[in-house]
Amino acid sequence: MTINALPPALILILGGLLVPLLKGRTRQAVLLLLPVISFINLLQIPVGSHWVFPFLSDQIVLGRIDKLSLIFGYIFHLVAFLSALYALHVNDTVQNVAGTVYAGAAIGAVFAGDMFTLFVFWELLTISATFLILARRTEKALGAGFRYFMVHVAGGLCLLAGIIIHVFQTGSAAFDLIGLGTTASWFIFIGIGVNCAWPLLHPWLTDAYPEATITGTIFLSAFTTKTAIYALARAFPGTEELIFIGGAMAAFPIFYAVIENDLRRVLAYSLINQVGFMVVGIGIGTALSINGAVAHAFNDLLFKGLLFMTMGAVMYRTGKINATDLGGLYKSMPWTCAFCIVGAASISAFPLFSGFVSKSMVMEAAALGDMRWLWFILLFASAGVFHHAGIKIPFFAFFSHDSGIRCKEAPPHMLLAMGISALLCILIGCFPQYLYSLLPYATDYEPYTISHVLAQTELLFFSALAFTLLLLAGIYPAEIRSLNIDADWFYRKGGRQVYRFCQWAFDGINDWANRTIAQKMTKRLSRFFEEPGGNFQKYGYRLLVETSGIDKNYEKMEKQIDIRSRMATYSVGAGVLLAVMILAFASLLLFFR
Amino acid sequence: MSKQPINTNEKPGIFDKPENVKRLLRIFYLCVILLLIVDIFYHKHTYFAWEGYFGFYSVYGFVACVILVIVSKYILRPMVMRKEDHYDD
Repeated sequence: MTINALPPALILILGGLLVPLLKGRTRQAVLLLLPVISFINLLQIPVGSHWVFPFLSDQIVLGRIDKLSLIFGYIFHLVAFLSALYALHVNDTVQNVAGTVYAGAAIGAVFAGDMFTLFVFWELLTISATFLILARRTEKALGAGFRYFMVHVAGGLCLLAGIIIHVFQTGSAAFDLIGLGTTASWFIFIGIGVNCAWPLLHPWLTDAYPEATITGTIFLSAFTTKTAIYALARAFPGTEELIFIGGAMAAFPIFYAVIENDLRRVLAYSLINQVGFMVVGIGIGTALSINGAVAHAFNDLLFKGLLFMTMGAVMYRTGKINATDLGGLYKSMPWTCAFCIVGAASISAFPLFSGFVSKSMVMEAAALGDMRWLWFILLFASAGVFHHAGIKIPFFAFFSHDSGIRCKEAPPHMLLAMGISALLCILIGCFPQYLYSLLPYATDYEPYTISHVLAQTELLFFSALAFTLLLLAGIYPAEIRSLNIDADWFYRKGGRQVYRFCQWAFDGINDWANRTIAQKMTKRLSRFFEEPGGNFQKYGYRLLVETSGIDKNYEKMEKQIDIRSRMATYSVGAGVLLAVMILAFASLLLFFR
Repeated sequence: MSKQPINTNEKPGIFDKPENVKRLLRIFYLCVILLLIVDIFYHKHTYFAWEGYFGFYSVYGFVACVILVIVSKYILRPMVMRKEDHYDD
């Protein structure tokens, strides 16, 4: 079948690689236009599998277009455009290329019809993302980027191992429903889990995202985790383990978020919390819950991107991001503040904002499946997310105590990117049917029932009441300049311990060998071989004297040997002695061969 | 709010006046009470029986957040908080 379009990822990736050739305004225009052209290209591709090429005994599929991949494709393009707009001022080739290629890789991964293509784009995601972190060019970013890369390489290898075993066992590389069971499926499952930031596998996210560049984090927050969500929705829908994993993801990060000082790190924790809702939705596996997971991914890309954008703008203008250093910015940055509140309302799932129309689908699916504990945990997470992302972020950045910082409002292109995101959050919240029509399963879900609106509003207002009262009572934990250790402690501190142990053990052996063999032994040997015949005699004689106890003529004898050896007046020459020794050694070797 | 070297010509923000903050809080408390009143009279359609109890979501939202803060502050923070240079050797 021939179609007048290019494979979905091609335009962004190739275009991104050509960016270094351009300068100034042209480069800016191209960076903005690439996602648009790529999107128009995507619209030209009909549903089905395209660009199918034979590969080994199987085939690779560069464009599998169906409802599930399309909705991710649409939102990835939209977010790529918004991120490019937000980053328009960045004149750094590394970031310009990495950001565009990164978006392209994510798009390539969601349209991949086979596992090999998926894997290639999966790795490209890792590489390009690493550059977005390193581009901050600080020591911390260097460390975080390195750790990010190592963790994702490990995850990628796990995925690759699973893919190879899977292809070997089933004879097919098609990327479709896998389901958990075989060894191969577990490898693939965990490989995807690393990118999805599952508990204990998650610290790369909270470690690296707050260390990346201001604009890099906007890209980062979008693609890696959502590509993983797509892969789970494709390969593991209805896998019960995902319900537990997702429940844990939704619950534990909110505790960290409450005590975290770096506001971008607070958002990173709440990113895991939101992805938890999606993972739960995929784990439940009904049409409603998968729809909910996908819709929530769609919305999260917008509102989480928006929140990161507002915090990025604050950081861009003030150079600070810790809650302890900020406050009172509503006067200097009123628009950014307003957009931040929209993002906060959306992530908190306020009625009329986007989070409300998607999170409720997952909650309802849990209730319909009579999963009581899960339902309680998700409700707890919903209240908690409002607490830390909905209130804490805008409150500490824009209100709270006046930090005395007076700065300019964010630049126009940033405001535009934030404004479009905020507008979309509200539009989706008010008219969810357009989003619903894009979902993988047909749905007539209605989020706006009086019961539901009332329940959610009560939940949120009383969470806010708790925040207000705790704050007024002075119980709310004051932000402290500090660092909270997380599961990355095991490889950051633990890794260093392993390193130290190795240093101690191997350096010790090395030192010992150097001292005894390289220095002492060679010295002794060289002294011995100065006068091999004489020394041989001397040591032999000394041994004899020491064992027998007769030592009358010992010193005299030794002198005699010395003189004879120096004058070379032996009856047997030193050369002959050595030859005999070597022969004796050789025959010993032969004997024990 | 007074210790910063703030430009004296600057127009004070709306939240610089304590009475505005108070007014905002009063409106907020009023909303909370109104919500509870609505909850008495409206019978919710629910999946679980407890969802229909009076003020279930209010109590849950409030208690959840108090627990969240208490646990974070008094249990998690002492466990995980380190100095900012913890990882720098």
